[in-house]
Amino acid sequence: MIEARGLTKFFGSIGAIKNVSFQIDKGEVVGFLGPNGAGKSTAIRILTCYMPPSAGTAAVEGFDIMENSLQIRQRVGYLPESVPLYHDLTVNRFLRFAAGSKGVEAKRMNAEISRVISACGLEKDANRIIRNLSKGFRQRVGLAQALLNDPSVLILDEPTIGLDPTQIIEIRRLIKELSQRRTILLSSHILPEVAQLCRRVIIINKGEIVATDSPENLTSQLQKTVKIVLEVTGPGREFAQAIENMAGVQKVSLETNGTSRLVIETDPATDMRPEIAAMAVQRGCGLLELRTMQLSLEDIFMQLVTEEPSGEGAES
Amino acid sequence: MKGFWPVFAKELYVMFMSPIFYVVAFFFLLVSGVFFNYILAQVIMVSFQIAQRPELAREFSMMELFLRSFLWNLSVVMLFVAPLLTMRLYAEERKSGTIELLYTYPVTDAAALAGKFAACVTTFALLIAATLPGVIAVALVSAPAWKLILCGYIGLFLLGSAFLSLGAFASTLTRNQIISAIITFGLLLVLWFIGEAQSTAGSLLGSILEYVSMSKHFEGLSKGLVDSRDILFYVVFSAFFLFLSLRQISSYRWRG
Repeated sequence: MIEARGLTKFFGSIGAIKNVSFQIDKGEVVGFLGPNGAGKSTAIRILTCYMPPSAGTAAVEGFDIMENSLQIRQRVGYLPESVPLYHDLTVNRFLRFAAGSKGVEAKRMNAEISRVISACGLEKDANRIIRNLSKGFRQRVGLAQALLNDPSVLILDEPTIGLDPTQIIEIRRLIKELSQRRTILLSSHILPEVAQLCRRVIIINKGEIVATDSPENLTSQLQKTVKIVLEVTGPGREFAQAIENMAGVQKVSLETNGTSRLVIETDPATDMRPEIAAMAVQRGCGLLELRTMQLSLEDIFMQLVTEEPSGEGAES
Repeated sequence: MKGFWPVFAKELYVMFMSPIFYVVAFFFLLVSGVFFNYILAQVIMVSFQIAQRPELAREFSMMELFLRSFLWNLSVVMLFVAPLLTMRLYAEERKSGTIELLYTYPVTDAAALAGKFAACVTTFALLIAATLPGVIAVALVSAPAWKLILCGYIGLFLLGSAFLSLGAFASTLTRNQIISAIITFGLLLVLWFIGEAQSTAGSLLGSILEYVSMSKHFEGLSKGLVDSRDILFYVVFSAFFLFLSLRQISSYRWRG
């Protein structure tokens, strides 16, 4: 469980985050979303007890970040954004140091290290020097050290950045597996990733939280119109005109390229697809495609970070 | 002291994996070997001369003269070695960002500092221990002055620890290892020779300068004279700089 209340951090006169409050319940997987420089890492560094806030408090697993930082550090697995590692050590030796620091006893040490090594797919590289590993493998080593001593909270700062697509899929699968019985906070600016992994997202921009909700709710809240894509054979100018005259249709745009492709913006209250399909049949057009266009997390994100967060019900 | 052993083990491992250690050890042993050879030859010459004058020979101890000169030279070599052993302690952690790991592991700042310092002191102890076989050989063929040797080496060890504590502090001041080494070397040099200014300073200032001089406190110990004031000086000196280091480390967190 993570609870932040009014976290504020200034670096000199520059405010990195301002009055950030949120709560993450036990077992929840929450995405921390925001453009670069939004204050994600600052908030994460405060929660992991790397730096104290200028104002506000936070508690992780019921422990205060200022009063009981050692207890928090004992229970949190943390993958920093830049994945700092001791480049002179071998993977095995580094994990031994990390496990020892986290209080893994000598008799559990080897079992614990081989557990995280196999969880992160590092079996073949356990005796290689970290300096010689590729970026993707270093990321895995970073994740492996975060998993040592089975932490109940995992905080991952941009866990898939710089990885190739196969590795990204693997790491995501691993995070999904881990999320079974842990609280996970992961930051990212890759939106589909957050949509896939997290049941809830916290969107942060310029140091302030602009929205907190599930990806689905955010989508429906922000959706002012439903867009329907329709593709029919033949020239569709007349057909488009007819559709535009239907009740509930707000706007139609037409693209002709052998076939006609229409993007129809309709009122979200009613589903217009049956009527539109009937119209196409009635007019004798060959129906090639008919579907609603989902507003993606990207669209929401763009709306939230480019517009002022007033109205829209974006504030939660 | 939660986390002392893992940090200590890691630091020693990194030390023995790094080329710096081997380069430093090579030249330290080479230079100490040259001094050993040269000083022994000198002392043998002196003892031949004295042997011809029995009235002086009674008070002359070849072992004492040899050990004092040898340890004195080793302590000067340590002025160069200490900055190289300590320069990376915190400077490297901050530069490479691994300090973020160290700070977010359940290790107290004091335990981490103690682990790092202890690893440096251990390395240093190994280096000076490597000069012992020669000294023991000399003692075996001349006078078996074991107490003298023990006392001299304890003195050298305390002196070295004081050097290393200052080096540890310098490495908390900067992210750059070279700057850290230069600061250490500069401060050590000042504190080593500051006693020389005693004669030209006033009586009060002179006695202060003599007291803070790192070399003056080594004079007695290198002769085998154990004075608790000298021992206390090195212990307090080390504790003071370790305390400053700890304050400096804790302040990083606030400054980010």
